[in-house]
Amino acid sequence: MTDNVIIIDFKNVDKFYGSFHALKDINISVTEGERVVICGPSGSGKSTLIRCINGLEFHNSGVLNVNGIEVHENSPYINDLRQNVGMVFQQFNLFPHLTVLENLMIGPMKVRKSSRIDAEVTARKYLDRVHIPEQADKYPAALSGGQQQRVAIARSLCMESRIMLFDEPTSALDPEMINEVLDVIVELADTGMTMVVVTHEMGFARKISDRMVFMEEGRIVEVSPPDQFFTSPSSERCRAFLEQVLDH
Amino acid sequence: MSNSSKTLATVDGVSGTGPLRGRALPKPPPIKQFFDSKIVSTILYALVIGVICYGSYAGAQSMGYNWQWYRIPAYFYSFTDDGFQVGELLIGLGATIKLSGGSFLLALLFGLIIALLRLSGLYIGTKVAVIFLEFIRNIPLLVLLYLFYYVLGPIFKYDRITASVLCLAIYHSALLSEIFRAGINAVVKGQWEAASSIGMTKSQAYRYIILPQSIKFMLPPITGEIVHVIKSSAIVSVIAVGELTTFGRNIISDTYMSFEIWFTVAAVYLVVTLTLSIGVSYVEKHYAVKT
Repeated sequence: MTDNVIIIDFKNVDKFYGSFHALKDINISVTEGERVVICGPSGSGKSTLIRCINGLEFHNSGVLNVNGIEVHENSPYINDLRQNVGMVFQQFNLFPHLTVLENLMIGPMKVRKSSRIDAEVTARKYLDRVHIPEQADKYPAALSGGQQQRVAIARSLCMESRIMLFDEPTSALDPEMINEVLDVIVELADTGMTMVVVTHEMGFARKISDRMVFMEEGRIVEVSPPDQFFTSPSSERCRAFLEQVLDH
Repeated sequence: MSNSSKTLATVDGVSGTGPLRGRALPKPPPIKQFFDSKIVSTILYALVIGVICYGSYAGAQSMGYNWQWYRIPAYFYSFTDDGFQVGELLIGLGATIKLSGGSFLLALLFGLIIALLRLSGLYIGTKVAVIFLEFIRNIPLLVLLYLFYYVLGPIFKYDRITASVLCLAIYHSALLSEIFRAGINAVVKGQWEAASSIGMTKSQAYRYIILPQSIKFMLPPITGEIVHVIKSSAIVSVIAVGELTTFGRNIISDTYMSFEIWFTVAAVYLVVTLTLSIGVSYVEKHYAVKT
């Protein structure tokens, strides 16, 4: 936040799925080291927005710059971009035919062309960081959901990305496993990495975010610092949403 | 309530962990019990097979057919003054295996290319693959073989062996490409997304992530395809390529032992294809445990 280098920049971005208008005139920029949390009701375009950042979806008009590369469907640099933008999915998406260690090593080895030894050192380092070094030789199916998601986080970290995207990282987890994953993300947030997080966990959001973004029906309705966001949101819709999710 | 206690009793009864406490479940009607029993099924099966065998034998007898089974082993192997001799049927079997093996390997390669073209998302790629597929699938194999031998052969100046291998490879590549496509599509979309999100190109994603996972979906139908290739390789006997069926026919034209030889040839095919199926189902189980 100190140097204010803009690392993700949406300018008038629109996205359609057929005739469905998924993102409407999105304008937001994220500076390096900033942690932005996006929330909003389901179907509001949060996931679409975050998936546009690393080109898993492509927008239809407007300009999106990420890490100095313009993201669009025909960009030849899309794989370079993705190497620097880690993504953690709701469904973990670990590679089931590879062991945990191999899951972490395959990106560095095949994409970054690291040596096997370097890749393994990095993999073990990040497996330590997500607190499951002892699971290295198991297959993903043998792990609990929370452990799988932590492996998925470690897999993204192994690419030494500058930006991390989290797309509802705890939504597919059993309640008792949510905290172990959130704790890991909070620890990561403390390292000063740029993060964009889509989540419904409001306590967690408040803890890590520099800025909160509220979306509804494909539009960004509110952007404000967490203190203001949770105590006195300026829009009525945001207030209604927060009452719903904070009530229980 | 009575329902749940009934279920409990059955579960107990099946697992053998305790005595039945609830009311016994109604039995199936006696006629069903009779036909479902192993003994009755076996007897019925033996009866049907027996009638067919006796019918064939009686028919052959009434034709005055002269059975000469004792001459068959010599067509597999024999010992002469020069030592061990490989018989014609074994030579034919070797040729069949070589022919189908070569065709199958080539078909795997072509099939993968066609499947990848079809899935490439490129307009031309998809169209070429679909047209190829429909063209090959809708021509009888025999006609395809004639095309390869009598039409394309003279044009491109290749011999009957090449024609056979090419024809079988092309024919089966069409079928294999559909197996590949189904196997690749069976891998969930999230795997593609995870692979791209760590910066893999499409070909890296195929090679390291998608194809290794699709193998377990593809293996059973691919085995079926190996068996299919071996069976359809018999068709090249019509252009006189030396393999099991051709050799069998040659022996018959020399000896008139058509019954014995055709039974034997069928049995040889059966042994080879059944062995393959059993072998692969073993490999499959082994593979399933590993992952």
